[in-house]
Amino acid sequence: MSQNENVLEISDLRTSFFIEGDEIKAVDGVTINVPKGKTVGVVGESGSGKSITSLSIMRLIQHPGEIVEGSISMNGEDLLSKSERQMQQLRGNQISMIFQEPMTSLNPVYTVGEQISEVYRIHQGLSKKEALTKSVEMLELVGIPSPKERIKQYPHELSGGMRQRVMIAIALACNPELLIADEPTTALDVTIQAQILELIKKLQSQLGMSVFLITHDLGVVAETCDYVAVMYAGKIVEYADVHSLFRSPKHPYTVGLMQSLPRHDIDQEELNVIEGNVPKPGNMPDGCRFAPRCPFASDICEKRLPDLDELENGNKVRCWIYSDEWDGKAEVNVVDDYKTAGNQ
Amino acid sequence: MFVFTIRRILQTIPVLLGVTILVFLMMHLVPGDAAQIIAGEAASQQTIEQIRERLGLNDPLPMQYFNFLLNALQGDLGTSIQSGQEVTEEVFSRFWVTLELAFYSMILSVFIGLIAGIISAVRHYTLTDALTMIIALFGLSMPNFWLGLMLMQWFAIELKIFPVSGWGSPEQIVLPVIALGTAGAAIIARMTRSSMLEVISQDYIRTARAKGVKERYVIYKHALKNALIPVVTVIGLEFGTLLTGAVLTETVFSINGLGRYIVESIQARDFPAVQGSVLVVAVIFIIVNLLVDISYRFLNKRIDLN
Amino acid sequence: MPETTIHQPVEKPRNPHIENFKNIVKRLKKNKAAMVGGFLILLFVITAFVGPYLVPFSAGEQVLVNKLQGPSAEHWFGTDHLGRDIFSRIIHGMSITLYIGFFSVVIGAIVGVIFGIISGYFGGKIDTLIMRAMDILLAFPGILLALGVVTILGPSLNNVIIAVGVFSVPSFARIVRGSTLSVKELEYIDAVRALGASDFRIIVRHVLPNVFSPIIVQATLRIATAILTAAGLSFLGLGAQPPKPEWGAMLSDGRNYIFDAGHVALFPGLAIVIVVLAFNIFGDGLRDALDPKMKS
Repeated sequence: MSQNENVLEISDLRTSFFIEGDEIKAVDGVTINVPKGKTVGVVGESGSGKSITSLSIMRLIQHPGEIVEGSISMNGEDLLSKSERQMQQLRGNQISMIFQEPMTSLNPVYTVGEQISEVYRIHQGLSKKEALTKSVEMLELVGIPSPKERIKQYPHELSGGMRQRVMIAIALACNPELLIADEPTTALDVTIQAQILELIKKLQSQLGMSVFLITHDLGVVAETCDYVAVMYAGKIVEYADVHSLFRSPKHPYTVGLMQSLPRHDIDQEELNVIEGNVPKPGNMPDGCRFAPRCPFASDICEKRLPDLDELENGNKVRCWIYSDEWDGKAEVNVVDDYKTAGNQ
Repeated sequence: MFVFTIRRILQTIPVLLGVTILVFLMMHLVPGDAAQIIAGEAASQQTIEQIRERLGLNDPLPMQYFNFLLNALQGDLGTSIQSGQEVTEEVFSRFWVTLELAFYSMILSVFIGLIAGIISAVRHYTLTDALTMIIALFGLSMPNFWLGLMLMQWFAIELKIFPVSGWGSPEQIVLPVIALGTAGAAIIARMTRSSMLEVISQDYIRTARAKGVKERYVIYKHALKNALIPVVTVIGLEFGTLLTGAVLTETVFSINGLGRYIVESIQARDFPAVQGSVLVVAVIFIIVNLLVDISYRFLNKRIDLN
Repeated sequence: MPETTIHQPVEKPRNPHIENFKNIVKRLKKNKAAMVGGFLILLFVITAFVGPYLVPFSAGEQVLVNKLQGPSAEHWFGTDHLGRDIFSRIIHGMSITLYIGFFSVVIGAIVGVIFGIISGYFGGKIDTLIMRAMDILLAFPGILLALGVVTILGPSLNNVIIAVGVFSVPSFARIVRGSTLSVKELEYIDAVRALGASDFRIIVRHVLPNVFSPIIVQATLRIATAILTAAGLSFLGLGAQPPKPEWGAMLSDGRNYIFDAGHVALFPGLAIVIVVLAFNIFGDGLRDALDPKMKS
């Protein structure tokens, strides 16, 4: 993968929150690229740092949070060295973002039209009238019926799915190169979820943008992503193209996530859940952060944090099982042995 | 919205009636014979009897209340014992002064309070915020009559910038308005700050930032409009506090307003005057709050996030 | 920032009685302003009891030749128009101020809590009746209600306490009613009722402890208001009567001599500010510690 194919390159990003003198490392050394025109998914449980990663890209981390280290560059330009003013010109223009909560993400005191037009007025300097005309077009594009009437409405007059469409319209108004979608469908009904994902996919191919999709839902990943990063406790534990990931997941955590998905093809007596919780920041394990919950954990896992190593096919995994130093059971098949390993 | 307005107005009626009953009973709860007090210590039994007859004090209590209410509705609040004048006339001749005082103080409170509150919220976690809030806490803890006295001493007596007392000229207005408006400014500043902080952490503010909106507009366009809504209610309540706070400020600065009239009437045990003026202030306060409530509802219509 | 809080442990359904108290103390200790406020209040209470024995002059000791003197080594805060030592009088007046603040709020709280609980717990007509009555009381803004009560009862220290108490009733009733309503919704109250507990028992054992926090916060903040209101009434000559060293009454004296001796009005007023400030700071801190959601 040569450099200029990537729209976004994040390397060794560290974002922390400083609360009462303690540093809470929400994102702890994340490296990830988003190739042009592709969709990269970031999966993980709540607290894995995936949303903070996306807000870091936008440089929207608020006090007491701070980007401590690393670099984020878009088309070769370093975002972290840009002034706030320069970032404002990028946001909503070249990089856009949509959020998890469509119900609360729109400003209740302005009409839908005002909120979409604002983007055109800021970034393209359009007049009120021109901006409104464009807003109507945009609403039409995201599939909102009778857009001319809709632009006069306030957010509380729209359903959740409609509001998320409006959010998408706002985000895509200026034809951005990169769309960051932070759990865009989590708060919606299942049928609406599918529609919204379909819409994002359709517009992506129409407009040729790249998508950075944050989700905790592997089903969404399977449907939409080209590449996937699995995050756990502030670090990436596995990075792979979507086919390899689902065909042969490498990290025990990824396997755990997949086995916790409800399956339709076999009879299931119960859902498998990963036991335990994401470690608390004040209480990070010294070794692999997943070790306390990992059925394969051996001595080395508890002592040293593994690196994110590249595998033969170019995918990456942060797990001792695949290193020469592995001191556990010789032949481990993470998928087949996952359920039984813990019981030994 | 229309239904709400009508319902809210209808709800006010029992409260208004209750207020008149309470004010009416006030006069009758006073220990001793009202007629005796009105007639004075040396009055003959006959005079007292006449007064009693004239005021209808021999009628049954509900009858007396009914007459009182009927008269009040016609703008007749009785006759002042002290001056022999119509209470209604006396109240309204002084009322405008108090209203002016309260109004200017309100403007000062809202102006200073909003600015301080916004700055404090925007500069959250900084020294500016901490200092502003400490000053606000002081403003809240200061008796307005003491502040008035201190202002009078420094700016009127020592520095001679402003006159010591009275009301009317622009110079005379400054000190009483500061004295009366400070506490309100502090309350509005605290309210605005907490309201702004809450709004700033909302999702739609993040959306605005993600759109590339300049921080200045994020605050003044997207946040402020939402943050002001709860502040409106406080402003309504503050108005009532200002109306009665005038009682003390007017005493300090010898301003011939309604507040001072109430105090003088209480001191002189001029019950019809107390009754009339208290009733007027309470009714105005109820009406102001009714208006605030309706406008709050109107502003809040779009906010309903559910 | 949705994820900042995610690292916090998931809050367990808590036993509202015991666990709460530990948390409150812990959170209160972290709040520096509240600790300062609490410390000051403690200091004031000690002063109220011990102070009068330590100060150089009694409250009423007049030395007319020394009248209206400015602050000096002998008279730290100067003397008033009767040559009385203002510092000593302020210290003597501390107990009066705290007495008014405390008892008026206790009266207001007891009556308000009873009304609020009955209103919230039983609902229906009695709720409407009580709340309308509270609306009527609230229709008298600021010190107007207290003025009315003093008019009826006549000016005196104890009548001021009653007046300010009455003035505090609606705010307690409203807050307690709200809390009672939300407690009543809790599932465990249903369970307790199903076990055959009487209404009285449910109120005393289950509702009261749960509305305790808002009551304490409100009471602390109300003491500040009560002190201000009472001082205002005394300033108007409708409260504590001379020669009582009540601060509001002292200010009223100070007003008469403002042209010749500004310090007479300065110091009693400062005393009021500091005491009221302490209660406000402590009340704010308590509110943050007890119930972060309750911010006004």
